[in-house]
Amino acid sequence: MTRTAIKRQLDLPGFEKAETAWQADYARQIAQDREVRNRSGIAVKPLYTPRDWDGARYLDALAFPGQMPFTRGIYPTMHRGRTWTQRQLIGLGTPEDYNERVLRILGAGATAISLIPCNSGFRGVDCDQVDPALLGTCGTVINTAEHMDRALAGVPLERISTAMNDPSPFTLLAFVLATAKRRGTPWTAVSGTSNQSDYLSHFIANHMFYRLSLPGSRRVLVDHLAFCLESVPNWNPVSVVGQHMQQAGATPAETMGLTLSTALQYAEDCVARGMDIDYVLRRFTFFFDISISFFEEVAKFRAGRRIWARLTRDRLGAKNPASWRFKFHGQTSGVDLTAQQPLNNIARVAVQAMAGIFSGLQSMHTDSYDEAITTPTEDAARIAIATQNILREEAHLCDVIDPLGGSYYVETLTDQMEAEIETIIAKIDAAGGMYRACETGLVQTTIGESALAHQEKIEAGIEKIVGVNCYQTEETASGVKPTERPDSARMQAHVAAFKAFKSTRSQDPVERGLRDLARAANSQTDNVFARVVEAADAGATHGEIVSCLRKELGFGHPLIVT
Amino acid sequence: MERTYASAPPRVLITKIGLDGHDRGSRIVASYLRDAGMEVVYTPPWQSIEAVVSIATQEDVDVIGVSSLATDHLIVPKLMACLRDKGLGHVGVLVGGIVPEDERPMLKDAGVDGIFGPGAARDDIVAHVADLARRARRSRDVSP
Repeated sequence: MTRTAIKRQLDLPGFEKAETAWQADYARQIAQDREVRNRSGIAVKPLYTPRDWDGARYLDALAFPGQMPFTRGIYPTMHRGRTWTQRQLIGLGTPEDYNERVLRILGAGATAISLIPCNSGFRGVDCDQVDPALLGTCGTVINTAEHMDRALAGVPLERISTAMNDPSPFTLLAFVLATAKRRGTPWTAVSGTSNQSDYLSHFIANHMFYRLSLPGSRRVLVDHLAFCLESVPNWNPVSVVGQHMQQAGATPAETMGLTLSTALQYAEDCVARGMDIDYVLRRFTFFFDISISFFEEVAKFRAGRRIWARLTRDRLGAKNPASWRFKFHGQTSGVDLTAQQPLNNIARVAVQAMAGIFSGLQSMHTDSYDEAITTPTEDAARIAIATQNILREEAHLCDVIDPLGGSYYVETLTDQMEAEIETIIAKIDAAGGMYRACETGLVQTTIGESALAHQEKIEAGIEKIVGVNCYQTEETASGVKPTERPDSARMQAHVAAFKAFKSTRSQDPVERGLRDLARAANSQTDNVFARVVEAADAGATHGEIVSCLRKELGFGHPLIVT
Repeated sequence: MERTYASAPPRVLITKIGLDGHDRGSRIVASYLRDAGMEVVYTPPWQSIEAVVSIATQEDVDVIGVSSLATDHLIVPKLMACLRDKGLGHVGVLVGGIVPEDERPMLKDAGVDGIFGPGAARDDIVAHVADLARRARRSRDVSP
């Protein structure tokens, strides 16, 4: 509806009369109205009308898809032209176990893959340094370039995009590049994303992932960005992760504000290194949780898209429209899933996924219903992919671009979320930027308070969770198959082969690679990540590379322990 | 009133062993127990089994609570064996977090005294820990 048409509605003599009549009817019938607030604390009214959002600012606030400020989507065609990338997070067992599952998932319709390494990898050590009972139970055991080559056997690196859960110093990408080199695939053809490159989010909300000190991580991230932009131009070297903060308890508005502040910090760090802002920003991506707070999530993403477009253009001075586009991957939130009555999670994931689709995401992971209990089993993972296929093919959610746009409620909420998010960005700016705000603990305190407030709402029964604080049944884990654990004989053989590899490889190139790496870490001009790639290609293991850098750049410790 | 051994508040070690670092659960349980008047020794995640046994000995705890979100419960039986070897068989051990149904018997067989999953009530946890602490002190008193 055009501005004048909507305006005309408000001006009609009948409008006010009808409105007053409804208000009276509503007050009479509802008797005692209840107060509703969303997770971000915004009061939600029972009805929205042209009085809340009259479309007068259509061009400025919404415009058309692919146009500034991108509220309706970052591309002209959005899902009508190309649907989102279906990217399921997977990782279990040995490289061979992973390979079997990846080939099956590609066969089932996934268009891209991801890789989660074993927790031993997140700790920065190799498989021969931990209790074998834990190996491969939460991710794949990949410690060398040769392991990566086997994990990706039959996966054409020039066609399939690969996302790696790969915190600093990005050894998994180094192993991928070494694999590509061995296969004769040019690095310029390799595409994918370094998930978990956002070290600030690790220090404040998920300390599973940090391996290096805070300043060390800062240095290596900029090196990694510079290297990828130059040599692996189709790789997204940075994915700014809102997911950790929302999972740790930040509200949706706080999550978006803190994530955009983080992205500003990384962009400004690159500029400080002398990099061109447009050169850097075109490869920025984001990674978010999609909670079950449906409309709030849609408004969060629409508002975030709009703010990022303006920040990049007006504050960072980017001139290329590609720099203004807020590209994001969404993962349905595991925090909303329950261990009680686990099959109910299939319904939750479907609603979360719909919120993601209506938000115009570029790539999505849907959780398996058993994720609150175990690493996804095969059947559950299949249903998660089918959920996306059903929403796309049967429910026709992709026929219309931004189908919730223009809703009085959604537009009002988008404006309100925008204001909340901008308040948070201003708070972080006032604290000296995101790096500083993490060092001082401001961000951690903010998130901690919101987590506690949400928990109290659940305990008071204000936030209801079916099967947890209402509608409980005796049923517990019915519907969940026996836990799948890696085959221990296979894992033992994998560790034995790794030990043999370490003792039989040519040691000279490895030692040279690690020496060069140490030297780069102490040089102001050399690129640390370039040396990580060389060391990996020379046969150095994940644990050796991380331990070398920990020695030179400092070990990662918690910033604040309370 | 003079504080005697029998009336002293339970001493509890809350820890995480293995590789996972998700510590939201262990922090919450530690504060539940502290609020209930117990003396809580809290460690960051990623402790080795040897470290846990050594802390338990030095701190003279009655109960150990092991938090596990991502499969670290698989090495709890090794912790149990190590505790027995070091003469800490009287110490009560609870596991909290995500333990799949089909892997619970393995923990019970290894001597774990209780498993608390998501949604466990604060009062149940506190009562169970207090109970175990009483039992631990009694059984230590009679053992040589």
